[in-house]
This record gives sequence, structure tokens and C-alpha cells, in this order.
Amino acid sequence: MSAPGTDPSATMTSGKEVLKRIEYSGEMLVNMGPQHPSTHGVINFLVQTDGEEMTRAIPEVGYLHRSIEKIGERCEYAGFMPYTDRVDYIAAMFANQGWAMACERLFAIEVPKRAEYCRVIACELNRIASHLISVGTMAMDVGAVTPFPYALREREFINDLLEELCGARLTYNYLRIGGVAFDLPDGYSERVLRFVDHFEKVLVEFDRLITQNRIFVERLRGLGVISRALAIDHCLVGPNLRASGVDWDLRRDLPYSAYPDFEFAVPVGTGAVGKTGDAWDRFWVRTREMQESCRIVRQALQKLPEGPVMAKVPRRLKAPEGTDAFSRIESARGDMQYYVVAGPGEMAHRLKIRTGSFNAMGIIEKLSRGIMLADLVALIASLDVVAPEIDR
Amino acid sequence: MNAAEIHARLSELLGARAGTLSAANKDEAALIAPRDLLEVCRALKTDDALAFDALMNLGCVDWPGKSEIELVLHLFSYARRHGFVLKCRLDRAQPRVASVVPIWSSAEWLEREQFDLFGVVFEGNPDLRRLLMPDDWIGFPLRKDYEEPESWHGISTVRESPLDGFVRLDELKKKLAASRAETVKAADAPKPDGAP
Amino acid sequence: MSAAQDLGSVVTTSTSHIDAIINLARKSSIFYLLFGLACCGIELMQTGGPRADIDRFGSVPRATPRQSDLMIVAGTLTYKMAERCRLLYAQMAEPKYVISMGSCANCGGLFQYAYSVCKGVDKIIPVDIYVPGCPPRPEALTEGLLRIQDKIARERWFSGRRLVGRASAT
Repeated sequence: MSAPGTDPSATMTSGKEVLKRIEYSGEMLVNMGPQHPSTHGVINFLVQTDGEEMTRAIPEVGYLHRSIEKIGERCEYAGFMPYTDRVDYIAAMFANQGWAMACERLFAIEVPKRAEYCRVIACELNRIASHLISVGTMAMDVGAVTPFPYALREREFINDLLEELCGARLTYNYLRIGGVAFDLPDGYSERVLRFVDHFEKVLVEFDRLITQNRIFVERLRGLGVISRALAIDHCLVGPNLRASGVDWDLRRDLPYSAYPDFEFAVPVGTGAVGKTGDAWDRFWVRTREMQESCRIVRQALQKLPEGPVMAKVPRRLKAPEGTDAFSRIESARGDMQYYVVAGPGEMAHRLKIRTGSFNAMGIIEKLSRGIMLADLVALIASLDVVAPEIDR
Repeated sequence: MNAAEIHARLSELLGARAGTLSAANKDEAALIAPRDLLEVCRALKTDDALAFDALMNLGCVDWPGKSEIELVLHLFSYARRHGFVLKCRLDRAQPRVASVVPIWSSAEWLEREQFDLFGVVFEGNPDLRRLLMPDDWIGFPLRKDYEEPESWHGISTVRESPLDGFVRLDELKKKLAASRAETVKAADAPKPDGAP
Repeated sequence: MSAAQDLGSVVTTSTSHIDAIINLARKSSIFYLLFGLACCGIELMQTGGPRADIDRFGSVPRATPRQSDLMIVAGTLTYKMAERCRLLYAQMAEPKYVISMGSCANCGGLFQYAYSVCKGVDKIIPVDIYVPGCPPRPEALTEGLLRIQDKIARERWFSGRRLVGRASAT
């Protein structure tokens, strides 16, 4: 089973060892999860706590490890696309795009302009949907139940739009290597525009309801502050990184797809209510990003060029063995990276997916020292971790 | 800076230990010796012109044919806005390499994941235990020669096909037709003793 | 018709009426355990959300197994999670039902080649209803819930089919 010369028992420490390693001084040790409504999927936290005050929380992941990387080595490049949906099911379009871009780099395929625009429209709609889940559950986790149905209601409209585009509500499988599966249906622009018009108004309402709500602000200000240096050292990405004051967005700074054609602002956390990089900043950055996504969708629909939506792609995708390609995209949860090494046949030899939640999870143990147990829930929610993205 | 310039600067700092820059088709990568990994990484981070402040990705590639495990590090600098790829080849039978956790904190979980899936031991990682698989899992699943066990804690790892035991309709028809042909043939065949 | 037979028929009718009343109450208040494991968990959330609104059928989510009647296994069950799933099922009070939601929970689905995925939740716990789809739409899950209601409506408490029913009747 294991390779010769690597006796697993010799190199592996048991998980129970972790209990011995904790400097234990009479506090409670409680498992929070894996089935817990506020851990955002199946994640376990081993919480060392003295009443409400926590000494630390040790995250234990892997409850949703579905061996997607191994499957990637066993199916063809194009056939792997549905699996990428499951890497991040809340923002599946981005996972699609990352894989498509990695393969396009590997096989040097040029994507038609219209396909790039279709991708941008689908991705930005998906970003709104993903952030809606994120802000909705975050509000629910700190105690406000009302915003969550609001967010879900809006998400249903986006689900309808994306379903019209590709036939699925959640796991889209819309992108193809070299383009997209279907062109926009008739009258799609009007329907998207109608939604965007409606959604921008909802966003104002949502801000009034929760973002600027005094109770909400007081609850989150100064909580879980991540400094700029800490964020970079732990390689936080996406909204979490921007909330810590790093002005970095892949869409603007290392442009890919059709993003150079659009104008949009990159919201950066400023510590408007507390310190830069606190939980409220992370929440606020997400709400502003939804607004920017609306702007991008609007521009993309205006400038939408004519032409095909699929490039000429060879039937058999093959690259010399050992060649590797690397792609980075700005997913809803930040910088998502695919590293693919070509195998001898029509399959990849190795595939590595590095996702935003994975790194965000690594920082929780450090941040959880000395905070309240209830704040841990708010902290996890503010980092917007999604279980399959950590475990894959 | 592009990869060639970064590597030139690295060679300036470390000489031969900076390794060789491969002419890969897509991303140029510097191939260094495993024992120099920590030193090279430290130089990449501390040097002002390079300033690689983030470890983006750390992955392993298993090559059973060459009997080596390749470690790939993707670095990025937010200060200078450039990226770089480091590779080093480890012995597949005893994969051991120094941990880069003292340099980048994000390496801790990435290394734990690679330890879990490939069995690469990162010396100096403060918490090197399984991350994704259960604690009592045997073997390193992302290695090419990994074989799935038949059961885990009494749970069978295969799904029985509901079609087992059933015969396909067309095959059944074929079989029937064949047996009918047999009987017809037997009936038509001349009887050896000339009986009717 | 003799008096004894008449009495007998009255008794039978009344017990079946009691059964019907009990089952009506039970099937209209199925509390389900929030057990979103993977992708299907999001559809489970949407089913409880404003449009599909499974609350119409009296189903509300519960965060603890002790208070729930129905476990909706929504998503991929890995080996690491399998033992927790068994534990959660054991913690639920009788009578309890299980809906296996989505292909992964039904049979492993997309992840047949995966080394870490349990190929079907029925290897761990007994399943009443299988809802196909990857992930199933909220309508499909609602249909699954209605089938559970049908199942509950057919149960007999006084004819001694269920152990719990007989114990409480005597």
C-alpha cells in the first residue's frame, strides 16, 4: 500500500498526539463540528476554552476531502471540468475558469473574444451569488437572521439567470477548454440588465439593513484584526487580503480574460469603523465587490462583441510529458491557482489546486488566541471559508 | 523582473547554489538541490530587489519511473509584483527536505497537506501530522503506486453494481438465437443410422 | 350483523382513526437535521429559503440531532465523516427517517474513483428515500419530503407494527 521504505507509522504522528501537545492547564476541550451550523460546511474545531474565553481553536479539516486531485490524474483534460465545479460549489464558475485557463496555457489555445465576455458575465454574476451567501451567512452567524433570507432571495434570481445560460443551478460546467459551452440565449442581456438594475437597489437596502447597522458594526469592529504583514505572510487572498489594506486584485494587476476592457474600482479595507483588517472590513469589502461586479456585468453586456464562442480545439488534447502550466484567477474567495503537469497520454500527470480558503484556514489558530467563543464563529464567517475548497 | 533576471540576481547572491534555470515550455523554474532549499528561500525573501513575501503554492509531483518526488514552490512578491518557481528533486524512497515555515507561515498547512498525501517529511515543520486523511490512514494516496484498500473500518470501498447478475437483453436474445440455431441444426443434421 | 361484530368494527375504526390523527400530526411537523455536507447543502439551504420554502410542509431545520426526526444527508460522505454520521444517527430519537440527497450520498456518484469517499450513505445508516440529482433541485428534495410524509401516513401504531407505538399504547 505505501511505497517501500516509507513506513507510515515511523513518520506519522497520531492525531491524538495533538492533545498531548497542548499546554493543558485545566480548560475544557470541546469539539466544535464537524456537524455545526456555523462552521460553514464540515470543519471541526478543537476548542480549548475556559468558559467563554478561548485559549485557542485548532482547526481539523479533511471531512470533505474528495480526492479531486487524484481523479484529475485519471480522467481526460476536458472530462475533468465537471469535477472542478465541486472544488468550490458556491462559486463554481471560477473553478471552471481556472482549469480552462490552465489547460489553455498548456495547449496554447486562443479563446475567442466573445467567449471571454461570456465568461466574464457568468463569473461576475457568480461572484455576486457567492458573496450573497457569504454576507448572508455571516450576518446569520452573528445573530441577525433576517438578512439571510434576503440574500437567498436575490441568489435565486442569479440561479435562474445562470440556469438559463447553462442548465444548472449550482454546478455549472459551463466553460470549456477554449471557450464556453453555449452562447448567450436570446434576450439574455435585457434580463441580466433588469436584474442588475434591481440588485443595485437591493444592495442599498441591504447596506441600510445590515452593513451600517449600529449593532452589527459594534459587534464586528476590531474583531479578528489581520495586519497587512500577517495577511501576506499567511498568503491570504482575495477580499480577506484587500480588507487588510493590500491594494491587489488579479483582475486589475495581472489582467486575464477580458478584464482589461472594463473599468472597475478595487475596494480596499480602510478601518472605517475600527482597525484595518477587522471582520467588518472583510464584510464591507464583499458588499462593495458586489457593486463592482454589477458595473462589470453592465460594461460587458454593452461591449459584447460578435463571433464564435469556441476556439478550434483539437479532438485529442496532448502535451509533451512533464510540461507544466500554472494559472491564477481572482475567484470569489481570492486567488485560485491551478498547477497542471502533463502526462504521457491524454491525461494530466499531476494536478494541484491551491485555493483561498485553504490559506484562510491556516490563520485561524493564530487569530483565535484569547478571543471569545462566540467571536470564533464571526471570525470563521468573516474569512468566508468553504469546506470543499479547503479539502478538495 | 522576469524569471531570468531573478535567477541572475539569485546567482549573484548565492553562486552555484542558485541552481540551474530550466528552459521549460511555460514557466521557467530554477532547479536547486534539496539541501540548499532553505538558504535559497531565505535569500529570495530577504533580498530587497527580489522581496518574495508570499509563498503561493507548494506541491509535489511523483515520478515513480525516475524514482523521485519533485517539490514545486510558486513564489510571488506583492512588493515587486513578480513571480518565480522553484523546483527540487527528492529521493522517492526517503523524501526529506527542510521546512520553509520559518520563512513563510503559509507553508505550514501546505507542507502538512503534502506530507499527508505524498509522505514527504518536512524537517522543522512545527505540526507535521495528517491534515486531510484520517489519522489512522495507511499509505500516501497521491503517490502513483497507491492502491485503495478493500475496506476501511469495516466499510467496503466499492459500490456493488445493481446490474450484477442481470443479463443484457440483447445478449439474452443473442443467446436464445444461438441455442435455437443449435436445435435447428441438430434437427436438420442427417441421422447416423438413417432413422427418420 | 351481530353486536359483537359491530363492536369489533367500531374498535378497529377508532384505532385506525387515532393512527391517522397521530400520523397527521407527525407528518406535518418533520424537523430535519441541518446536515449539509457538500454541494447539496447549498440546495438544502435554498430549499429552506424563501422561494422553495419547505416550511410550508411543516419542516424546519434543527441544528441538533436530538430534536430532529429526519436526517437529510446532503452531499458527499467521506470515510473521515462516516463515523460522525453514524454517531449523529444514533443520537436521533426514534422514530427517525433518512433522506439520502444527491448522487454522492446515494452511491458515491461522481466520486467512484475517489479513495476517500464512502460509496453510498446506505453503507453506514439505513436510508428511507433516495433523491437523485447532482445536486437535486429544491423541487426534487420537496418531493422526497412528501414521500417521507406518505411513508409516515401509512404507519400503524396500534396494530403493533412499530415497537415504539406498542410500548406507548399499553
